[in-house]
Amino acid sequence: MGVGCGLPLLGTACSAVSQEPHGAESSARQWAMVVDVEKCRSEEVRRVCTEACHVAHNVPAIPDPAEEIKWIWVEQYENVFPDQVHNKTAAFIRQTPVLVLCNHCDNPPCVRVCPTQATWKRDSDGIVMMDMHRCIGCRYCMAACPYGSRSFNWGDPREYIPTDENGRFPTDYPTRSKGVVEKCNFCAERLREGLQPACVEAVNQIPGGEGALTFGDLSDPESEVSRMLNETNTISRRVNLGTGPNVYYKV
Amino acid sequence: MTDKTKAIAGLAVFVILVTYPFWSVLGSATAASAPELELPEGEDNCVEETQFMTANHMDLLNQWRNAVVRDGEREYISASGERHVMSLTGTCMGCHSNRDAFCTRCHDYSNVSPACWDCHVEPEGN
Repeated sequence: MGVGCGLPLLGTACSAVSQEPHGAESSARQWAMVVDVEKCRSEEVRRVCTEACHVAHNVPAIPDPAEEIKWIWVEQYENVFPDQVHNKTAAFIRQTPVLVLCNHCDNPPCVRVCPTQATWKRDSDGIVMMDMHRCIGCRYCMAACPYGSRSFNWGDPREYIPTDENGRFPTDYPTRSKGVVEKCNFCAERLREGLQPACVEAVNQIPGGEGALTFGDLSDPESEVSRMLNETNTISRRVNLGTGPNVYYKV
Repeated sequence: MTDKTKAIAGLAVFVILVTYPFWSVLGSATAASAPELELPEGEDNCVEETQFMTANHMDLLNQWRNAVVRDGEREYISASGERHVMSLTGTCMGCHSNRDAFCTRCHDYSNVSPACWDCHVEPEGN
């Protein structure tokens, strides 16, 4: 499905958009992540992951929690897996800090409700993408998401993005404007260059952090995530809702 | 004065007032100079021909936006067969790196304010 010569206004310069396959194989993927809950106990691990993501994507640091924007953050176990705790669950389990992010669900409720299809699930790799150009800021997706993964830009985020001494943003990644919703994008811009997501790459470089986050292709039975899902006990968030999250937690 | 005289007099005053913007500047107006664009050094041609880009760069950027964001495609093959990465910040601003010396000149002249740079970070300066 190329855009190609579809635009009648372009007249004589009828140029084609190339349909190059991505990477080695062009078959459909489903990117997934496995989070090691035990390794999340390390504060360094959690800090490195959230910082790597927020720096790589020019995410603003807004002090007011009612207006904060986060792509990956920490919640307590009892709030991440409310269906896994009971009245006798020990406090040290309940209060375990767990890294959470957009689950890039198989059946994403946010995609179903978006009135403009500003968010959609990509066929090629299963990432639930955001098109900021099309988002009208209605926040219906935020109401639909059962995981709280999405954040709204109540004001101009550029005031809250930490800049260096030259006034430049941390990266060239487009900042967002007032009035759009944003969330983790599984580092789609890094994946197309063959890199791992920023959080995964960063945490694998710190001592004690290797394997805290594992990222890979679910449709590939040889991938690390497929292996982990076959060999270890994993749970995911709010399974009974039928959203089909693709972020799994090794417990 | 008869009614007819008053009516004609009033009409004349009205016409003079209404056409004030047109006759008050006769003789003093100068033609607005065409915008001067600073072209990047060292590069001979843009992604497409200059005439095409002048007329159609907005549509081209929309096409690129849809292809990259929605279809996940990255490479553009121009009419001359050259391949480019579809990126405003990377490709376009890789050469036209100074927004004020290039983009803003025509946009100011034609009084348009595209919202591109509300989000897209320029390679030099923000």
